[in-house]
Amino acid sequence: MNRNIFISFGFHTLLIIITAMSLPFLAKKPIDLPPIVSVELIQITDKTKIPFAPKAKKIIEKVKEKEKKLVSEQAPPKKIKKQKPDAIPLPDEKIEKIKKIKDEKQNPKKIETEIKQISEFEKKELFDTNSIAALIDKSKTESAETKKKLDRVTQDQDKEMDFGGLTLSEEDALKAQIFGCWSIPLGLPFNEDLLVRIKLQLKPDGSIIRTEIIDHARMNRPGQAFYKVLAESALRAIKLCQPLRVPSTGYERWKDMQLNFDAREMLEG
Amino acid sequence: MLFRYLYILLILLPIKAFALIEVDITRGNLNPLPVAVSPLAIDKNSKKNFKKILKKEDLGMEISTIVENNLRQSGLFNPLNKEAFLQEPDIANLKPRFEDWNLIKAQALVTGKVTFEEEKLRVEFRLWDVLSGKEMMALAFTTVPSNWRRVGHIITDKVYERLTGEKGYFDTRIIYISEEGPKTNRIKKLAIMDQDGFNNKFLTLGNELVLTPRFSPTNQMVTYLSYFKNLPRVYLLDIETGMQEVVGDFPGMTFAPRFSPDGKKIIMSFAKDGNSDIYTMDLENRIVERISNHPSIDTSPSYSPDGKYITFNSDRSGYQQIYVMSSNGKNVKRISFGNGLYGTPVWSPRGDLIAFTKLHKGKFYIGVMRTDGTGERLLTENFYQEAPSWSPNGRVLIFYRETKTNAKGEGFSAKLWSIDLTGYNEKMVETETDASDPSWSSLLSN
Repeated sequence: MNRNIFISFGFHTLLIIITAMSLPFLAKKPIDLPPIVSVELIQITDKTKIPFAPKAKKIIEKVKEKEKKLVSEQAPPKKIKKQKPDAIPLPDEKIEKIKKIKDEKQNPKKIETEIKQISEFEKKELFDTNSIAALIDKSKTESAETKKKLDRVTQDQDKEMDFGGLTLSEEDALKAQIFGCWSIPLGLPFNEDLLVRIKLQLKPDGSIIRTEIIDHARMNRPGQAFYKVLAESALRAIKLCQPLRVPSTGYERWKDMQLNFDAREMLEG
Repeated sequence: MLFRYLYILLILLPIKAFALIEVDITRGNLNPLPVAVSPLAIDKNSKKNFKKILKKEDLGMEISTIVENNLRQSGLFNPLNKEAFLQEPDIANLKPRFEDWNLIKAQALVTGKVTFEEEKLRVEFRLWDVLSGKEMMALAFTTVPSNWRRVGHIITDKVYERLTGEKGYFDTRIIYISEEGPKTNRIKKLAIMDQDGFNNKFLTLGNELVLTPRFSPTNQMVTYLSYFKNLPRVYLLDIETGMQEVVGDFPGMTFAPRFSPDGKKIIMSFAKDGNSDIYTMDLENRIVERISNHPSIDTSPSYSPDGKYITFNSDRSGYQQIYVMSSNGKNVKRISFGNGLYGTPVWSPRGDLIAFTKLHKGKFYIGVMRTDGTGERLLTENFYQEAPSWSPNGRVLIFYRETKTNAKGEGFSAKLWSIDLTGYNEKMVETETDASDPSWSSLLSN
């Protein structure tokens, strides 16, 4: 009797532990997530490729501080005499003023020159091969560290995504593509249960490896001509559309997919 | 005991699996399906023989043009321009190069061959799914050469059925009233033609006024109303033999005789003792039976395809509305409740809809509603139009439309029009003369 109670107790405890482990949402507090905003991530580092140079950064900061000091040591600017209201400026003066205003505005070209100036400054002041080699070595290690971190983040994201479906934007993109390819057979009745489910096996580029009509047997049943027609039209749509607009990441997540073709809404008008 | 626990454990053990992504596709385009109808291949000898018999240069091209026109007329298909075809008809019929047909965006392909064999016309055709590169259907017909137009229609029916799932309506005929002369003095003849307007024939001379011809649902018999010495008389006409017989003379105003689904009875309305009701007449023993009995005016009866119900119009509510009753006249139920007057109800051969004419605020509409009166849809609106008749597959309606006359009474015309259930594909049916009161036959080849 006691032995049975012990076994029962043991297994129940085990069950509770497994349940707690496998259902983490029970243990965790619900996260108040902000609404999902789809953002296209572009790797701009390939385009810019500015090396990470912490030593140079320090020197630049020092120089900047020096410049600040120089500016503060300078005498305060002369006060400009206020023009009398009745003094009408000449046309040439007007143009000069406009030019000045334009110069004050942020100009991307000017920013570029500033960046160039810094690099030139670096060249002049820090032309020491040893220090450059040291800088390159350090930058390598640091970039590797950041890369590792980034990799970890994406893997985590993938793990989470593996269990989810397509995002709304991904699903919409796919739907919109198939809508364009699917010529609905207009002769079908709208009041019959006509739902064609097709399983797809996809390549990473969205092209089709295999299609399978789930209720394939129904196609050859007598009196199921409408189902057959709908299934054939759905297959045509898939073939016409391929490669499908699938997400660029998370292949494992969507390599098998099921499309449910239902024309009732359209046929009913 | 231990195994039981282990079993439960196994069930509860978390299994990491990818949930299958499901995407619901509920919308698509309603564009007609692009179809390539290749000219049917024909050898030199056959070409020569058909030219001699039928005075046709290239019968293969002629038949393919019929198929193409029929498919286009249906509004469900978009036959592609033949000039864009890359493959020769004879090779295409044996083994199509699907890449070539895919290139011109064809989704289905019709190929075939015409031969002259033992004084007969032999036509074989194939339907291909271009995208999957598979043959969908292959059939052959042998007939007398003069039937070549029908062969084109039969091929269209087969293609239509294979691609839409419902029976076609191309190998059919339309009987109608041909009208000529000024509006006040019209000469009306009974006429028949193929559904595409070809092979028009006049069946009466125009001496008597003829009205409301209706095809039998089972064979090529027609019933119509004619005024003989100012008395309405119901006739039966066998299209194949041309034999005509009088069913009976009826008193007062007699309207719209129509066959029962089994073709054994005729249902009509006529006025007896000043009251118009619905009656049936058994064609075997000529016994007339009263179906409706109400002091109001009951007219335009039409059977449901199973013969269990009758739809008709009546003004028993004060205004002309559509009603449904059992075929024995019991369980009368009003089904139309919209604004305006409703008339000429016709039950669809599919059994799901009732077509009608509606008059509202001075305009005439052709519409459909479900048999319980719900889901009313007005398909077309015009100055004057009425008398819808269903195609045998219950997908298209044919009716007639009259135009306004000017102040001098000129410019009047009556033409046949067709419209499909979507309401988008409205087309005029070409006739030699003005035309009214059309009736669509069942499929000639079942």
